[in-house]
Amino acid sequence: MTPLAGYLLVAALLFAIGLAGALTRRNAILVLIGIELMLNAANLNFIAFWRYGPHPEALTGMMFAIFSIAVAAAEAAVGLGLVIAIHRHTHTTDLDQINRMKG
Amino acid sequence: MSFAFYLIAALTVAGGLAAVLLKNTVHCALALTVAFAGLAFLFLQLDAQFAGFAQILVYIGAVAILVVFAILLTRGSETPKDGGIFSRTWLAGLAVAAAVFAMLGWAVLQSAPGLPGATPEPTVTVGDIGVALMGRYVLPLEIVALLLTAALIGAVIVAMHEKEGGK
Repeated sequence: MTPLAGYLLVAALLFAIGLAGALTRRNAILVLIGIELMLNAANLNFIAFWRYGPHPEALTGMMFAIFSIAVAAAEAAVGLGLVIAIHRHTHTTDLDQINRMKG
Repeated sequence: MSFAFYLIAALTVAGGLAAVLLKNTVHCALALTVAFAGLAFLFLQLDAQFAGFAQILVYIGAVAILVVFAILLTRGSETPKDGGIFSRTWLAGLAVAAAVFAMLGWAVLQSAPGLPGATPEPTVTVGDIGVALMGRYVLPLEIVALLLTAALIGAVIVAMHEKEGGK
């Protein structure tokens, strides 16, 4: 197995773990944690392809990963802010009970 | 494949598994930090020093702390009395995740013989990344700066305490 295939398999496993967490957990914060894991798995793919690609000096994969990290940070801030706002309204973060968008 | 890769990969996957499986949400956040640290070590293994240290700074330093803050601010509601920590439709979610992993793993293993093997270490310094960010990628950089500002202001406004009886 080439090193690239190993990194891709680790990224696929992390993505599946994050997806399982986002789809099965009841707590909204744990769903956000699953989404963060999925974004990180995608970043690992970008970096691995950058490292073993034909033109690493072009920095394409690296730049994609860096911008992806920045966008993920913004997503986390807004997502957790929304969870806190919903908790103030409904006093729960249980997604099975949050079933309406009206406050 | 080096021994260090297997060790770090096992640490990362174990951290990720613990983050989605543990019952106590604070333990989940700590396991998530372990997974982020493992990913940073994987980036460093891939000779991506800047991305590795950015991962440590942004994820372990900011996102993990943000998650812990959110967990502590919503404390007392995270352990439902009825049922477990998983949703009623957990079997469907698990099946979807397993199917996605099976498809991705199959695709990687099918194309593994065609993937490039060991290539020489790329000679990219942090200075090169800075020059690229200020040159070719300056427009995306400005857009990300605007996005981060808008997201931070938006997050504060969304989470800000509302006055009684409307604004």
